[in-house]
Amino acid sequence: MIEAKGLTKFFGETVVVDNISFTVAQGEVLGFLGPNAAGKSTTMRMITGFLPPTAGTAVIGGSDITQDSLVARKRMGYLPENAPAYPDMTVYGFLDFIAKIRGFSGAEKRRRIEETIARCFLDTVRFQTVNTLSKGFKQRVCFAQSILHDPEYLIMDEPTDGLDPNQKYEVRAMIREMAREKTVILSTHILEEVDEVCTRAVIISGGHIVADDTPAGLRKKSPIHGSLRFTVKNETDRDVVAEMTALPHVRKAEKLDASGTDVSVRVYSEDIDSPPADEVLAYLHKEGIRIEGFRVEEGRLDEVFRMVTSPDTMEKTV
Amino acid sequence: MRDFMRNTAAILWREFAAYFGSPVAYVFIVIFLLLAGFCTFSFSRFYEMGQADLRAFFDWHPWIFLFLVPAVAMRLWAEERRTGTIELMMTLPVTLTQAILGKFLAAWAFLGVALVLTFPMPLTVAYLGDPDMGTVYCGYFGSFLIAGAYLSVGSMTSAMTRNQVISFILSVVICLFLVLAGWPPVTDVLSGWAPVWLVDVVSGFSFMSHFSAMERGVVDLRDLFYYASVIFFMLFANGVILQNRKAA
Repeated sequence: MIEAKGLTKFFGETVVVDNISFTVAQGEVLGFLGPNAAGKSTTMRMITGFLPPTAGTAVIGGSDITQDSLVARKRMGYLPENAPAYPDMTVYGFLDFIAKIRGFSGAEKRRRIEETIARCFLDTVRFQTVNTLSKGFKQRVCFAQSILHDPEYLIMDEPTDGLDPNQKYEVRAMIREMAREKTVILSTHILEEVDEVCTRAVIISGGHIVADDTPAGLRKKSPIHGSLRFTVKNETDRDVVAEMTALPHVRKAEKLDASGTDVSVRVYSEDIDSPPADEVLAYLHKEGIRIEGFRVEEGRLDEVFRMVTSPDTMEKTV
Repeated sequence: MRDFMRNTAAILWREFAAYFGSPVAYVFIVIFLLLAGFCTFSFSRFYEMGQADLRAFFDWHPWIFLFLVPAVAMRLWAEERRTGTIELMMTLPVTLTQAILGKFLAAWAFLGVALVLTFPMPLTVAYLGDPDMGTVYCGYFGSFLIAGAYLSVGSMTSAMTRNQVISFILSVVICLFLVLAGWPPVTDVLSGWAPVWLVDVVSGFSFMSHFSAMERGVVDLRDLFYYASVIFFMLFANGVILQNRKAA
């Protein structure tokens, strides 16, 4: 289990991270979201012991990172932002160095390195120096470094940054696979990643936690969650929006856009947990209104993200 | 303790290999050997002196090292900060002491290699005359120690900044002060008004006064203690700087 307890960081007079607390249990993958400069990396740097917190602490598997740093660091793998690696070293040499520091030697060391190279698809570049590698390979080299000792706790700052879609897919699959017996924290600003790998997401903004929920739970916060959306065909002479608003259990209906004779309509429910789909469909059928693409909206993470990280701009756009 | 040795050794090897993985090592060694030879033969007129010792050779070492050692040391931490690998290093299960010591010893070992490669000098002297080899070894030992002292200064200034040029200049200036502290231009400024003990203290800080005895073949415990304490103090300051940088 990883616990962040009231982590606070001041840089001079400015507070970058303000009293952040959360716990991540084994088997969980915590997605750490937030706009740039929200304090994501600073928080991770404090959890990994790179930056000492101004106040608060992080406890990794029972070891306090400020008191018992070495023990905590042994059990943890960390992929820092921008995936740093020694530019003059070969991939193999770099992993060999990491393996030595992690306390492996002899056959065990070679086995670990080979395994990690295979897992991270680094076989073709094993004797190339790091500075000749593309961004994607560099990212994977640093990723390899973080999983070489098969740590119980894995902390990754933007693990898929700079990877192409195939590589992103591979890395996410790897994280998902490892997550079963590990505790994982990863930061990202790719929202689809949250859906694909995270069991929980924490959104921070301005150094505060503004949301902490499952991806599905976050979607519920979306203003369009539980609304119905469909396109009306060839009904330019009647006001479908007004008719929809008149239906029971409907809070509001609005016209989204029109192209030619097609009109897109969104119908908001009074109770977001039970959208009035049956009523709307029955009414449309009874009136003989032809529709297309009827669906219940789940809500979109990017909308929730924008809503909780910048409430001012959201009010204007909704 | 085993962890300590293992981690320090791992960092030492990594750093040592890094010198030879970049042109730094070769440029340094070639320039060092050229300069050492040139100064010995041209400025000090080694042949014309007709003495079978290496005073003329060792005399130049503090001056050559003054510029070359900071160049070796400047990348130790500054590079690590520039490329961001310091974040990796500091989150691995490695203590600050292990990291500083590993890096320092790697650079020192590298300087040792450069010194060993000056072996044609003692061979020349041994061929031409009958030198006291004890004095020659002692001179090498002193030269190695002074290189270590410069290096510890360079390691400290390297930790101060991510800019290697700044690190280089700072360390040259600090080393220059430590070299000149025992020289008349500096002591004269002080002796006009300062009490004698202060002048002695300041000149006692000079690399030169501790080097010249060893050059002559005298290993004084006080000189060893001096170099050990300079290195210890500078590396300790190095640690404090790294710790504070983390806090900033």
